[in-house]
Amino acid sequence: MAFVGAKIKIIQPLNLNVHASTHPHSFTSNNNCKFTSLSSPFLGSTRTHTLTLTRSISPRRSAASSSTVVAVSDVVKEKKAKSTSNLLLTKEEGLEVYEDMYLGRAFEDMCAQMYYRGKMFGFVHLYNGQEAVSSGFIKLLKKEDSVVSTYRDHVHALSKGVPARAVMSELFGKKTGCCRGQGGSMHMFSAEHNVLGGFAFIGEGIPVATGAAFTSKYKREVLKEADCDHVTLAFFGDGTANNGQFFECLNMAALWKLPIIFVVENNLWAIGMSHLRATSDPEIWKKGPAFGMPGVHVDGMDVLKVREVAKEAIGRARRGEGPTLVECETYRFRGHSLADPDELRDPAEKAHYAARDPITQLKKYLIESKLVSEADLKAIEKKIDEVVEDAVEFADESPAPSRSQLLENVFADPRGFGIGPDGKYRCEDPKFTEGTAQV
Amino acid sequence: MLGTIRQKAVAARSLSSQVLENDLMRLRSVASVMRHYSAGTKEMTVRDALNSALDEEMAADPSVFVMGEEVGEYQGAYKITKGLLDKYGPERVVDTPITEAGFAGIGVGSAYHGLRPVVEFMTFNFSMQAIDHIINSAAKSNYMSAGQINVPIVFRGPNGPAAGVGAQHSQCYGAWYGSVPGLKVLVPYSSEDARGLLKAAIRDPDPVVFLENELLYGESFPVSAEALNSSFCLPIGKAKIEREGKDITITAFSKMVGYALKAAEILEKDGISAEVINLRSIRPLDRATINASVRKTNRLVTVEEGFPQHGIGAEICASVVEDSFGYLDAPVERIAGADVPTPYAANLERMAFPQIEDIVRAARRVCYRKSSIAASA
Repeated sequence: MAFVGAKIKIIQPLNLNVHASTHPHSFTSNNNCKFTSLSSPFLGSTRTHTLTLTRSISPRRSAASSSTVVAVSDVVKEKKAKSTSNLLLTKEEGLEVYEDMYLGRAFEDMCAQMYYRGKMFGFVHLYNGQEAVSSGFIKLLKKEDSVVSTYRDHVHALSKGVPARAVMSELFGKKTGCCRGQGGSMHMFSAEHNVLGGFAFIGEGIPVATGAAFTSKYKREVLKEADCDHVTLAFFGDGTANNGQFFECLNMAALWKLPIIFVVENNLWAIGMSHLRATSDPEIWKKGPAFGMPGVHVDGMDVLKVREVAKEAIGRARRGEGPTLVECETYRFRGHSLADPDELRDPAEKAHYAARDPITQLKKYLIESKLVSEADLKAIEKKIDEVVEDAVEFADESPAPSRSQLLENVFADPRGFGIGPDGKYRCEDPKFTEGTAQV
Repeated sequence: MLGTIRQKAVAARSLSSQVLENDLMRLRSVASVMRHYSAGTKEMTVRDALNSALDEEMAADPSVFVMGEEVGEYQGAYKITKGLLDKYGPERVVDTPITEAGFAGIGVGSAYHGLRPVVEFMTFNFSMQAIDHIINSAAKSNYMSAGQINVPIVFRGPNGPAAGVGAQHSQCYGAWYGSVPGLKVLVPYSSEDARGLLKAAIRDPDPVVFLENELLYGESFPVSAEALNSSFCLPIGKAKIEREGKDITITAFSKMVGYALKAAEILEKDGISAEVINLRSIRPLDRATINASVRKTNRLVTVEEGFPQHGIGAEICASVVEDSFGYLDAPVERIAGADVPTPYAANLERMAFPQIEDIVRAARRVCYRKSSIAASA
C-alpha cells in the first residue's frame, strides 16, 4: 500500500482488500529508505502541510475514489476497479472498534465525574477525542505485542485488554487495581496484557518501548525463537516530539531495524503550549525520513484511516522491515488534566474538532454503509454503560491496600541472593553458602 | 603512584598472553609456574575479574547481553569487555551511539521483557543523562506495577575520581543512587569483590548500580580457588571486615578501602588497632556489621571520596547514632572529598580527596591522641 498523494493534507488509505504484500507500492519493495526512489512518495514528499483548520477534507472514503488523491498510479487504479467491495472493515470489526471507542469515552467521562466527587485524586489526564488513535492501532495487535504510553494511558490500557474494573480500581487507589493501587492514573502496568506503562515523564516511554522492540529482535536472533514477531507501539504527544530521547530512539530503531511504531498523538497542545509555538518545523512526520524510516501523517479523528495506516505499519514491523513514525492529527476535548482550566484554546478550534468527533463519524459510516443497524449500536452503548457502572461499583466496594503493602514489591528479590531454579529465594535454601571467601 | 603503575604493567603483560577461552586454566598453570612457593593463591587484576565474570555469566545465560559505548569493537573504553565481541557476536555485545538516555531506556525496556542487560556507562558521570531511566523506569517499576514487572538490569561503569580528569568526570554517585528505594548499589574493591558482586548483580532480578573505580582496574589482588569458580557469588548487602581490630572502626568502600588498610598499618605502629570494614554494598547498607563493629571498638571514622553533604558517611553516622549511641566514646569522624567541584591541577586534586594521612589523623583525633611527630600533613 502506498501513501499516495503528494499534495493532500490527509492520507487517503486505499482499499482494504488489497493485501500489503501483493501491492506494488507496499513497504516490502526496496524500502531501506533510499529516498532516491519516488515510488514511495510519502518519504520526503513535498506536501504543503499546514496546520490551519480552514481546509475541511472529507474524513472518510466514500464509495468512489476520493477526489483529493492527486497522484495515483495506474496499477493502483486498476486494483481499485477490480475490487468488488469498498468497505474498509467487516461488521464484526466495525462493532469491535465502535465498542472500544465508546468504552474509552464512557470510561473517561466517568473518571471526570468521579474526580469531581472526590473518589479519584492526584493527576488525571483524560483521553476524550483521541479514541480513534487508540482503537485504530491497538485493536490490530496480538496479546503478546506491547504498548507503551504516557500519563494519558487509561484508554490505551483498556484497548489492550485490561479490564475496566481493574483500571477503575487502580484510579480509586484500591487493592484490586491493576497495580494494586501502587501505580495510579499515570502508571498503568499489566504484564499479562503487555502494557508496559504509564510514564509521567514525557519521552520516558519511548526508549522503554524501543527496548521492548529490541527484545523481540533479540529473541528471534539470539534466543532462536524463530516466530517471535512481536511489535511494540509507543504512544506520545506533540510536545514529546521535541525531546532528545525521541530522536535518540528514532536513530537507534532505524539503525537496528526494530519492530516498533512511533505513534505521535498530535493534539496540537502541550498543556498550554501550542505545538506551533514550540516547534521549529511543526510537521512531525518529516522527522521519520530524516532518520531513515517512513514518516506518515494521518487524520487521527478518523478511525478507519488510522486503522489503514496502522495495518501497514504493523505489517512492516512484523516482517522485519523496521520502524515507522506515524503522526496522527487529533484533539483532546478536555483540558490537559482535570486540574487544567483550559483557557488558552480557542473555542472555535474546539468546536471544529468537536464536530469531527471520531465516535460520531464511525457511527455515521457504519449506518450509512449499512454494515450495522442503529439497534446494534444502541445495544453496545447500553452494554458499555453497564460495564462502566459496574466498574465504579466494584472499585467503590474494593478495599484499600493493607498497611503491609507499603513496603512490598520494592524489590523482586529483597535479600539479593537471587532466585534459585526452583523459584524460591536462594537465601532460604538451607544448602546455600554465603560465599564470603576469605583470602 | 608507583605501585599502581607497576601493577598496571604486570596486568598488561598477563593480558596479552591470555587467550580468553581457557584463560582460567592457563592462568592457573602460568601462576603455579611463576610462583613455586604459593600453590593456592593466584593474583588477578580487577579488570580481569570483571571481564571473566561477564564472560562466564554471558556463557551461562543467553539472555545476558552487554550494551554501551565502545564495548564491542573498541574492546571496552577501559577494556573491561575485551574479547566479548569476538566470542558472543554483535547481537550480544552492542555498540551504541552516544545516547545515554536512549540506550539506558532500551536496556530497561528489554529487561521488562525478561532479558538481562548489562548497560555500561563510560563513566557514571554520563549516567546523569540517563538518570531518569535508572530511577524512574528501572528502580520504581517493580513497585509501581505491584510486582508484575521486575527489571533485572545492571548499570555498571567507573565511578568517582580518576587522575586529573577534571570536575565533570570525577564525581562519586554512591550517595545519589544509594538514596533511591528500588535500586541495589554495589561498590567492589578487590578482584574477588568485583567477580562475586558482578555475578550476583547479573543474576539478581532487580536493578543494580555497580560502581567500579578506574584506578582499581589495573590493581592485582590475590583470589582464592573458590572465587575462580564460575558459580561464585557474593551476597548483596553484606559488608566484609577486611582487617580486624579493637580500637577504632574505619568504614570505606572502593579505592578508599586500600587507603584505609594502609592507614591501619600506620596506626598499628602507634598502638591503635583499627578494624577496616569494606562496605561492598551501599544499598542495602550493612548496618548490622557496622554497628556490631562500633559496639566493639566504640569509635568510628567513615571514609569516602564523594562530596560530604548528604554522603555515605552521613548515613552511616546517623545509623550508628540511632542504634549504638551509648557505645560511642568519641564523636564520629567523617572523611569525604572536599566540598568543591574537582580541580584539575595535580596538587589541588590531591587536596580535594582523602589521602592516607587524612585517615590517620582522623583516627588519632577520634582516639584523642595528638599527632605523632613523624606524621605530617
